[in-house]
Amino acid sequence: MAGGLGVIRKVENLSIKQQLTRMNMLVSCAALLVACGAVLTYEVAAFRQSMVRGLSIQAQIVGANSVSALMFEDPESARKTLSALDAAPNILSAGIYTAAGEEFATYFRVRQEALPLPALKGDQSESHRFADGELRLIRRIVFQGKQVGTVYIRSDLREQGRRIIRYLLILTGVLLVSLLSAFVLSHRFQRTIAQPLVGLAKVARVVSRERNFSVRAATTTSRDEIGELIEAFNEMLGQIQERDSALQSAREELEQRVAWRTAELESVNKELESFTYSVAHDLRAPLRHIQGFSAALSEEFGAQLSPEGIEYVGRIVKGTRRMGLLINDLLALAHVGRQELHLRWTGLNGLAEEVVQDLKEEAGGRNIRWQTGDLPSANCDPGLMRQVFYNLLSNSVKYTRPRNPAVIEIGQTHVNGEQVIFVRDNGVGFNMKYSAKLFGVFQRLHRIEDFEGTGVGLATVQRIIHKHGGRIWAEAEVDMGASFFFTLNRAEPSL
Amino acid sequence: MNDDVEILLVEDEPDDVELTMRALRSENVKNPIRVARDGEQALDYVFCRGEFSDRPKDRPPKLILLDLKLPKVDGLEVLAELKSDAECRTIPVVVLTSSGEQRDIIESYKLGVNSYIQKPVDIVQFRQAVKALGLYWLVVNRPPA
Repeated sequence: MAGGLGVIRKVENLSIKQQLTRMNMLVSCAALLVACGAVLTYEVAAFRQSMVRGLSIQAQIVGANSVSALMFEDPESARKTLSALDAAPNILSAGIYTAAGEEFATYFRVRQEALPLPALKGDQSESHRFADGELRLIRRIVFQGKQVGTVYIRSDLREQGRRIIRYLLILTGVLLVSLLSAFVLSHRFQRTIAQPLVGLAKVARVVSRERNFSVRAATTTSRDEIGELIEAFNEMLGQIQERDSALQSAREELEQRVAWRTAELESVNKELESFTYSVAHDLRAPLRHIQGFSAALSEEFGAQLSPEGIEYVGRIVKGTRRMGLLINDLLALAHVGRQELHLRWTGLNGLAEEVVQDLKEEAGGRNIRWQTGDLPSANCDPGLMRQVFYNLLSNSVKYTRPRNPAVIEIGQTHVNGEQVIFVRDNGVGFNMKYSAKLFGVFQRLHRIEDFEGTGVGLATVQRIIHKHGGRIWAEAEVDMGASFFFTLNRAEPSL
Repeated sequence: MNDDVEILLVEDEPDDVELTMRALRSENVKNPIRVARDGEQALDYVFCRGEFSDRPKDRPPKLILLDLKLPKVDGLEVLAELKSDAECRTIPVVVLTSSGEQRDIIESYKLGVNSYIQKPVDIVQFRQAVKALGLYWLVVNRPPA
C-alpha cells in the first residue's frame, strides 16, 4: 500500500513534460497492444480456416484415389495412396475406413508413436476438431452419390505455432518502432503544451520569490486554454503591479505628508518655545521694575504720601507679585508639556513622604493629621511625580485651612480592577457642578481673598498624569472635603 | 572718569541699572560701579579698546555682573570672549538675568561663568540676592592677586 502511494506520489512529482510523455507512451502502448491482439486473433482464426481447407482438400484427394481400392477391397493400394501423405510434414496419421466403419488402411508418419485410430461409425458425418495441439478431420468418400468409406486425418499445429511466433516477432517489432515514433512525436508535440507551462511556472516562481511584478510570462500564439491562462496571468501581474505602484506612491505621499506635518509641528514648537522664552525673560523684567520702583517710592517718599497713596502702592506691589506667580506657574506648565519623560521604577511612598515633610514645615503651626497609606511603585518620571504630589497635597493643605484638625489622606484603591492613587482631605471642597473646569488653566473655584492661587496647579498635575498615560478625576462636596484620584498604569504613555 | 572701578555692571535696561545700583548701595556695597550698556561696550572696557583705549590695562574690574540679553553683542558672546582670554578669564563673572531657562544656565556654565543668578521678580528677594552676591564675591571670595 505504502509502496503504491509512493509510486503515485512519484508520478505526481514528475514534471509536466515527463507526465505528458508518460501519458502519451501509455496511451499508444495500450492502443498498439489492443490492435496487435486483434490482428493476432484474426490471423489465428484465418490460419485455422485455411488449414482446415487444405487438410480437407488432401482428404478429398486421398478419398478420391481410394475409391477403387475400396471398391475392389484392395487395402494395399489404399495404403500406397495414404503413403503419399509423407509429402505433407504436418500430417501425423491418417486412416481410411469402409462404409461400415471398419479400418481399411492406415498411415503413420512415425510408427512408434502410433495412436490408434478412432473407431468410426459407418454413416460418420464430416467434421473437424482442434484438440490437444492437433487438428482431426473426417471426410466421407463418395462415389456415384453413395458413401463408400471415410477418411480420417490427424495433423499437428506446429505450422500454426511457428506462424504465431513469427507474427508475435513482427508485432513486437512494429510495437517497438511505433512506441519509438510515438515517443519522438510526443516529445515534439508536448513542447507546444509543456513549454509555455514551464515558462509560466518559472515566472510565477520569480514573482513570488522576488516580489517582482514587472516580469511577464512568454505568450503563445495558440488560442487554447494555456494561451488564455498565460494571458490571464500576465493581466493579473499587470493589475498587481499597478496596485503595487499605487500603494507605493500612496506610501510615499503619506511619508511626505508626515514629514511636512512634522516640520510644521517642529516650527510651531520652536515658535512656542521662543514665545515661552520671551515670556520668561521679557515679561518678568517690567514686573521687577514696577515692584522695585513701587518699593523705592514707599521707602523714599512714603512720608509725602497719604495713607491712601501708601495703600495704592501696596496694591501695585501685590498685583505685580501675583503676576509674577502667574508667569512662573505658566512657565512651569509649558515646561511640563515640553519636557521628555525620564521613566524610572520609583516607590511612590518615598516621594509622597518627602512632599509631606516639606509641607509640614511650610504649614508651620497648623494642626494637620497626615494619613499615609501604602503606595505602589510605578514606572514614572520621579521629578514630575513629585510635582503631582506637591500640587495635590499643597492644595489639600490650602483648602483645609479652616479645619482643626485638618485631615489629609494619601492611599491607593482599586476601581474596576485598576490601581488608583488618591489624595483626600476634609477641606472646603467644591461644587461638582464645576468639576469640568477644575483642571483648566487659570480656572479657580474659590475667591482669591479666601484662597490664594493661580489656577495652574491642577492643570499641571493633569498634564503630567496624561503624559504618563494615566487619568485624573475628582470627587467633592461643598464643605465636605475633596478627593483626587489618578491612575498611571497604562503601559504606553501618550504624549 | 573714576579710575577706581571695581564692579562692571553690564546692563542695557536703565530701570534694571537703577534697581541693581539701588540694591547694591542699600546693602552697603561701597565699591565703585561702572555700567556698560551693551556687550560691545563691556568688551571694549575690559580689553581697553575703542572709546576706552586710554584706560590703563592693569586695572581690570574686580567683578563683572552680566545680563544675557544685550544689544549688539549678547551676554553669552561677551562671556565666551572674556573666558577665552588668558588674562581676563580670572575675573569673576556673575550672570544676572531674568532668564531661568536651562539652556541659558547650561550654556553659561559651559562657557565658564562663576555664578548664575536669576533676577527674582520680587523686589525683596532681588535685594537679598544682590546682597548675597556682593558679600560673597567682594568679601568672602579670594580672587587671584
